[in-house]
Amino acid sequence: MNWLIEPLTFEFMRHAIATAVLLGILCAVVGTYLIVQRMGLLGDVIAHAVLPGLAIAFFFGVDIYLGAFVSGTLSTFVVTWIESQSRIKVDVAMALVFSGFLALGITLITVLRSKLDLHQFLFGDILGVTTIDIWQTLITTIFVLVLVKLFYKELLFYTFDPLGAQAIGLPVKFIYFGLNAAITLTIIASMQAVGVILVVSLLVGPGITAYMLVKELHQMMVVGAVFGIISSISGMYLSYYLNIPSGAAIVLVVSGLFLLALLFSPHQGILAHRS
Amino acid sequence: MLEVQHLGVNYQGISAVEDVSFCLQPGQIVGVIGPNGAGKSTLVKGILGLVPTASGRVRYRARSLKQQLHSVAYVPQRSAIDWDYPITVERVVLMGRTMHTGWLREHSRRAREIAAAAMERVGIYHLRRRSIGELSGGQQQRVFLARTLAQEAELFFFDEPFVGIDKKTESIMFEVFEELKLQGKILLLITHDLGGALTQCDRLLLLNRKIIAHGSLKEVFTSENIQRAYGDSVLILNQQII
Repeated sequence: MNWLIEPLTFEFMRHAIATAVLLGILCAVVGTYLIVQRMGLLGDVIAHAVLPGLAIAFFFGVDIYLGAFVSGTLSTFVVTWIESQSRIKVDVAMALVFSGFLALGITLITVLRSKLDLHQFLFGDILGVTTIDIWQTLITTIFVLVLVKLFYKELLFYTFDPLGAQAIGLPVKFIYFGLNAAITLTIIASMQAVGVILVVSLLVGPGITAYMLVKELHQMMVVGAVFGIISSISGMYLSYYLNIPSGAAIVLVVSGLFLLALLFSPHQGILAHRS
Repeated sequence: MLEVQHLGVNYQGISAVEDVSFCLQPGQIVGVIGPNGAGKSTLVKGILGLVPTASGRVRYRARSLKQQLHSVAYVPQRSAIDWDYPITVERVVLMGRTMHTGWLREHSRRAREIAAAAMERVGIYHLRRRSIGELSGGQQQRVFLARTLAQEAELFFFDEPFVGIDKKTESIMFEVFEELKLQGKILLLITHDLGGALTQCDRLLLLNRKIIAHGSLKEVFTSENIQRAYGDSVLILNQQII
């Protein structure tokens, strides 16, 4: 059992594992909403679109997370606006907004001679998280989970049948904004740990793995969160013993679990169908 | 009474529905018919405020319908629903109780009883724990019918309810529509099927961007009206358009 305990003797590993577990839960729950709305790539859009906000906030000495939040949610509005004002479909709108915001961010970092570390933004550094970071992640996680619990039935209605929800008078614009705000918060919380390139995997991976096994949204969240935790912890241990980057290790476990479910899920598995 | 006055809806700069006016009395079933692209779905979405309207107003009981959306039950087209969504029959039907239950609360035992009665009425109670994706097209349509019943609404809007359903579902739907009518509800059905469904309707509304004709089956189904709506390339045989 020594191999289990040894990594925990290091403070940075304890911090990293605590953060990874929290993010595993948070991302899995929030990510299910991306999956059921067929908007998995929106996570990617927001993740990259936070960069201009980071650069501007950093330049003016404002809280960079605030800048990231404004910029990230703004990108979701731009996607919706393009889609509603033209015949352009959502996938192309997302591709354009995603690269446009990222390009703007890179340009701003250069023009403003910002000391923002682009490498850290893209790949994250989970071994560098501080106690304050853990507290921030914990508060974000609890905040978002409480909101999901409180508005569960409205969110279920909206994501299942947005027209029907609007027809009975639910404030769908408000719900849409709230959902995107929660996704943006989750991405910002994950940014430092895994970086923006890998966060989409944490968002949709555990949820879609759970989707292969269960038949209700709340079950997808719970089982997805369990997969998120398993991926986080085993990813950290793999990264410790094999000396590979932690974010990548976690994402590889997420992908591995999905592959197993895809092959062996009792109802939807590829191999289960054959037999 | 539901009054639609001079309703117009633009879609991407093109007029999709223009100057539509009609009134519906309690206990009436109206069928909206017309060729593909005539703006049938858009008209209903315009009435319910689901798309921005360019002109006109919609009033129910002399007040704006937008203030009374809780009395509206709406079933979108089959294609608007993701049938792979991870949800069971019972949860979809319970959605009908969302506004009654209110914010920050879970559905009460009473809400569950109402949902159960609605499922019982349309013959899907035994399927309540199934995923919606496991059901046949007819059963899926009955899930949405049960949701509208659970809602205990006054105005019912169905977009193409007869697409992809079996005989059993069709007869259950006709029975339920008749019951709702007797209870003084107002029903609006969009259909492109010009068969038996039309005899259910008290009134028909023939639409092609504008109202071509409005009235009883006999009044609307004249060859002149049909030609105006569908063009010259159709034939009418026993009320079936070919």
